[in-house]
Amino acid sequence: MSLNSRHLWHFHGGLKLPSNKAVSTIKPITRALLPKRLVIPVQQHIGEAGKLLVKVGDSVLKGQVLAQASSYVSASIHAPSSGKVVEIEELPVPHPSGLSALSVVIETDGEDKWIELSPLHHPNTKSPTELRQLIRQAGIVGLGGAAFPTAVKVNTGPHAEIDTLIINGAECEPSISCDDMLMRHYASEVISGCGLIQYIVSAKHCLIAIEDNKPEAIAALRAVITEKALHTIEVVVVPTIYPTGGEKQLIKVLSNKEVPSDGFPSDIGVLVQNVGTAVAIHKAICLGEPLISRIVTITGEGVQQAHNMEVLIGTPMSELIEQSGGYHDDAAKLIMGGPMMGFTLQTDHLPVTKACNCLLVSNAAEQTADAMPCIRCGACATVCPAQLLPQQLYWHASSKNFDLVQEYHLFDCIECGCCNHVCPSQIPLVQYYRFAKTEIWNQERDRIKSDHARIRHEFRQQRLDREKKERDEKLRKKKELLAKKKIAEAETKKTADETTEIDPKKAAIEAAMQRVKDKKSAQQTATTNLTSATESSNEKSTQEQ
Amino acid sequence: MQFKTATSPHLAQQNSVQSVMYKVLLAMLPGTIAMIVFFGWGVLVNIILASVVALSCEALMLLLRKRPLKPYLLDGSALLTATLLALALPQLAPWWLTLIGTAFAIIVAKHLYGGLGFNPFNPAMVGYIVVIISFPREMTQWVPPLLDDYTLLTFSETLRVIFHGELPLTYGWDAITMATPLDTVKTQLGLELSINEIENHKEYGSMFGAIGGFGWEWANGLFLMTGLYLCIKRIIDWRIPAGIIAAILVLSNLFALYDYASFTPPTFHLFSGGFMLGAFFIATDPVTAATTTKGRWLYGAGIGIFIYIIRTWGSYPDGIAFAVILMNMAAPLLDYYTMPRAFGHRWNEFPHHHLGDKDEE
Amino acid sequence: MSILTAILTLALIAALFGLLLGYASVKFHVEGDPVVDKIDAILPQTQCGQCGFAGCRPYAEAISSGEAEINLCPPGGETTMLALSDLLGVEPLALDAEHDDIPEKTVVYIDEETCIGCTLCIQACPVDAILGAAKQMHTIIESECTGCDLCIPPCPVDCIHIKPVKVEPDTWRWPLPDHVSTAPQAG
Repeated sequence: MSLNSRHLWHFHGGLKLPSNKAVSTIKPITRALLPKRLVIPVQQHIGEAGKLLVKVGDSVLKGQVLAQASSYVSASIHAPSSGKVVEIEELPVPHPSGLSALSVVIETDGEDKWIELSPLHHPNTKSPTELRQLIRQAGIVGLGGAAFPTAVKVNTGPHAEIDTLIINGAECEPSISCDDMLMRHYASEVISGCGLIQYIVSAKHCLIAIEDNKPEAIAALRAVITEKALHTIEVVVVPTIYPTGGEKQLIKVLSNKEVPSDGFPSDIGVLVQNVGTAVAIHKAICLGEPLISRIVTITGEGVQQAHNMEVLIGTPMSELIEQSGGYHDDAAKLIMGGPMMGFTLQTDHLPVTKACNCLLVSNAAEQTADAMPCIRCGACATVCPAQLLPQQLYWHASSKNFDLVQEYHLFDCIECGCCNHVCPSQIPLVQYYRFAKTEIWNQERDRIKSDHARIRHEFRQQRLDREKKERDEKLRKKKELLAKKKIAEAETKKTADETTEIDPKKAAIEAAMQRVKDKKSAQQTATTNLTSATESSNEKSTQEQ
Repeated sequence: MQFKTATSPHLAQQNSVQSVMYKVLLAMLPGTIAMIVFFGWGVLVNIILASVVALSCEALMLLLRKRPLKPYLLDGSALLTATLLALALPQLAPWWLTLIGTAFAIIVAKHLYGGLGFNPFNPAMVGYIVVIISFPREMTQWVPPLLDDYTLLTFSETLRVIFHGELPLTYGWDAITMATPLDTVKTQLGLELSINEIENHKEYGSMFGAIGGFGWEWANGLFLMTGLYLCIKRIIDWRIPAGIIAAILVLSNLFALYDYASFTPPTFHLFSGGFMLGAFFIATDPVTAATTTKGRWLYGAGIGIFIYIIRTWGSYPDGIAFAVILMNMAAPLLDYYTMPRAFGHRWNEFPHHHLGDKDEE
Repeated sequence: MSILTAILTLALIAALFGLLLGYASVKFHVEGDPVVDKIDAILPQTQCGQCGFAGCRPYAEAISSGEAEINLCPPGGETTMLALSDLLGVEPLALDAEHDDIPEKTVVYIDEETCIGCTLCIQACPVDAILGAAKQMHTIIESECTGCDLCIPPCPVDCIHIKPVKVEPDTWRWPLPDHVSTAPQAG
C-alpha cells in the first residue's frame, strides 16, 4: 500500500462494512446496447425542472437539448441518441414514491448521429465564467448520486476562496464500483477534469481521495499524474470506513475542518466533486459533449453477471439486467444505489437517470421480524458520523414532536444508515428521520400557504368593510341631502304662508284648477248660448213659415 | 418484473437484543459458579426459581397488554433480571421472598411502565428494594462461605430450607446463616471497633479474605474479569463501571487516609458484596442508564458516590440497589445537560425549552 | 405554650411568604402578548367554518377566551391541535373520530360547461380565489384555493367539484414506519 505524505484525521463513528465490490470489477466496462426507446425525465436533478424545447414529432440528434435549464439552480437535459420524439408524458421515474414525472420519450433510429460539437482544445484561454457556462449548457449534475447542478456548485463567487479542491473517488458504499472502474480506465480524463475544475475555481491544491481498497485506481491515477508532472494534484489514500465518501466526512478526514451546519464547504475554502462529474466536465469542455451517459454498476446476488456498464441516460433498467444475464430465480429486491442508502424500486421498467450509480439486485428475504423497542444502548450514537443522538431523534420523530427533533439537529443527518445497521432492536431509524424531514418541510409549506391565505382573507375583509363603508357613506349623504331638502321645503312653506308668496307648485296647481274652472264655465256659457241660439233659430224658422 | 419494496439499509444486521442479553448472561456464568461453590446450592435454587417466576410474569403481562409473546419471551431480558435479583438475594431466603421480588420487578417495575425499553428504574433493583424494606429479617439469611466451622447444606437440605423453612435436624439458624462481611463491618464499626480489630477478630475474622470478604472476593474478581471482557467487546459501555470504580477509589482512599481505623479500605469496597456485579452488570443496564458518553461518566460516578455514602453512613450494609435507583432518577437530567456537540456546530447546544416558547419565530 | 409559639411562627412564615408572592405577582407581572395572534398564526387559515366559528380569527378568539376547545379544526388536523396544546399549555385532546390525523389536501374546480356566471361563489370565497364577473365565466385560481369548500353550497347549478391536490415527487412525504412491536396487536 502506497504511503501517504499527508496526515489524515478521523471523523466520529462510521462502520467497517464488507465491500462486496470485487465481483463487479472483474470484467471491463461493457457498453450497453442502444435501446429502442429512451425515456428521459425532465427533472433528474435538485432544483427546478428545465423548460421543454421539443415537442412530439420532432426529430432530434444525439446531444441535442431537450429541455433548457430554467432558473439558476436548474439543469438541461439532452437527447442521448438520435431519433424522434414520440411522447412527452408523465411516466414512472425512479423515485422512492413510485410516482410519475414528465418525461421525453425518444424512439432511436439506430444511427446515433451527433449534433455538431464544438470541442475546446485550449480551455485555459477561456475565462472561468465561460467554462461554467459550458458546464451549465452540458447539463452536468453531481454524479455521486445527489445530482446537484454542477454549474451552480462551481460558482463559488468572488468572496469564497477555494484553497483545496477535493475529488471524491472514495466510493465508500459497499457493492458500488462505478467510480473505481472509471478511475482505472479513464484516468487521464479524470485528471483532465480535475485540472479544469481547479482552473475554474482557482483552487491552489487538488486532492483526489481514494479508499485503500482500490489499489488499481490509485496506481492508474498516480501514473497519469507522474507522466504529466502535475504538482498541484495529488492522490490521497483514505482508510476504508463507511461513510468516508460523505462530503463533510471526507473534508474532515483530509483537512480536520468541519463544514458549518448552516454553511457550505466553500465557506471553509473547500470544494468537493465526484470523479464522475470531473470526467463529465472534461467531456463537456474538451470534447463538447453534453452529459448523456454514465457508468452504472449492476451487481447483487440476484443478477447473473455482476459488472459495470456504460449506459445512455434513459435506458430502461430491465434491458441492462437482460444484458447482465438476467435475474436469478431468488431475486427479491431491486435497489437503486447501494445497500446502505439506496431505495427499492417496484419495477424494472424505469429509465436510468443521471443519479443512478448502481442497480443492486438482492435476494435477501424481506425482513419479517418486527422491530423491538429501543433499549437505549447508545450504539447508534457511537457510530453516527454527524455526531448526533439518533436515539433522541427516534423518540421525538416517532412521537411527531417536530420542534424537539429539530433541536437535536435532525437536518444534519446525512441518512447514511450507520445507526440503523448497529441497532440491536433493528428499528428502522433512518425511515423515522426521513418521515420527520418530509413532514417538517410539508408543515413549512403549509405554514407559508396559510400565512398567504390569511393575508388574502384579511384583505378581503378589508375590501368588504371598505365597500360597506362606501355604501353607508353614500346612503348617509343621500339621507343628508334629503333631510336638507325637507328642511328647506318646510321653511319655504312656512314663509309662503306668512308672506303669501306663491309656491310655484301650488300656484301652478291653482292656475291649472282655475283653467279648468274657466274652461267649464266657458263650456257652459257656450252650451247655453247654443241652446238659446237654437231655440231662437227654431223660433225664427217657425216664425218664417 | 415487479419487486417488493423495503426500506434502506439493505444489509443483513448481526446485532439483536437477544444476542446482547444472552452474552451478558454468559458473562455472568463464572462469577455465578463461584457463588455456588462458596455459598452453596441456595444460589442455584434462587436463580431457577426467579427465572421461572420472571418468565411466567412476563408471559402474563404480555398477554394482558396484547403484545406478541415470542420475541419478548425469548429476548433474554426477563432472564437477566431474574438472575441479577437472585444473585443479590440471600442464599437461604424463603421462596416467597424471591417470588415477591421477581414478580414485582417484572410486573410493576418493567411492564407497568411500558415493557422492555420503557422502564425508568432497573427492575431487578426495584425488586430488591421492595423485599429488603418489607422483609428485613428474612433478608439476613445469608450463608457463610465455605469456612472451617461451617458446612454447606446439601441440595435437598437447601430446598427444604427455602421452600419449607425447615432447618436440618442438627443445625439452628445461627449455625447456617451469618452476617455478610459488609454487614459485620457496619455493625462493629458502630460499636467503635477499628478496621484492624474487625478483620482480625477471633470470632468472625475468618470471613475476611485476602482483599475482600472470603468467597465474595472470588465472585467479585470473576465478575470483574468477565465484565472487562464485555467492555472490550463493546457490549456494555465501559464508562459506567469506570465511573463507579473511580468514584469509590477516590472517596475510600480519601477517607481511609484521613482515618485508617474507621473507614474501610478501597479494596474491601471493590471486592465485597455485590460491587462488581453491580458495576458491570446492574448499573450498565442500557434501558435505565444515561445514554450520552459524558452522561455515563457522571452516572457511574454518582452511583459510586452513593454506594460509598450508604455503605459508610447509611443504614444498609450494601447500598448498590439504592445507589442505582437514585441515579436512574437522575439519568434523563444527565442526558439533557450532556448533549454532545454535533458535527458542524460550534459548541454544545442543549435543547431549549419548547413549551410555550415561540419567541424565536 | 410551646405549641402556641410553633403555631404563631408558622403562621408568621406563611404570612411573610404570602406577602412576598403577592408583591412578586404585581411587580413582575408580564404583559402577555395577545395570545389570539399566536393562536391565529397556528390555524391553517382555510376559513372553512368547520369549527363552528365564522373563520379562523373568530375561532382563535374563542379559544383564547376559553369558549372553544382546541380540537375543533379538521383541516389543521392533529398537528394544529398539538401545536395549540403546546402554546397554551393545555392537555392535548383527541380530534373527532371521523377526521384523519393528516387530512388529504383538496382544491376545487369549476365545470365551465355548466357555469352560469352568477357570482354567488365569488361572494362566498373567503380568500377571493375565484376569478369572474356577472355573466362572465368563473374560474378557480388553484394556487390560492385553500380547499374550504365554502363555494360549493351557494352554486345554483352545482358546477363546482372537489379534486385532490396532485402529489409530486418533491412534495411526496415518507410514511411513518410501521411493523414496530411496541404497538398493541389486534385481538
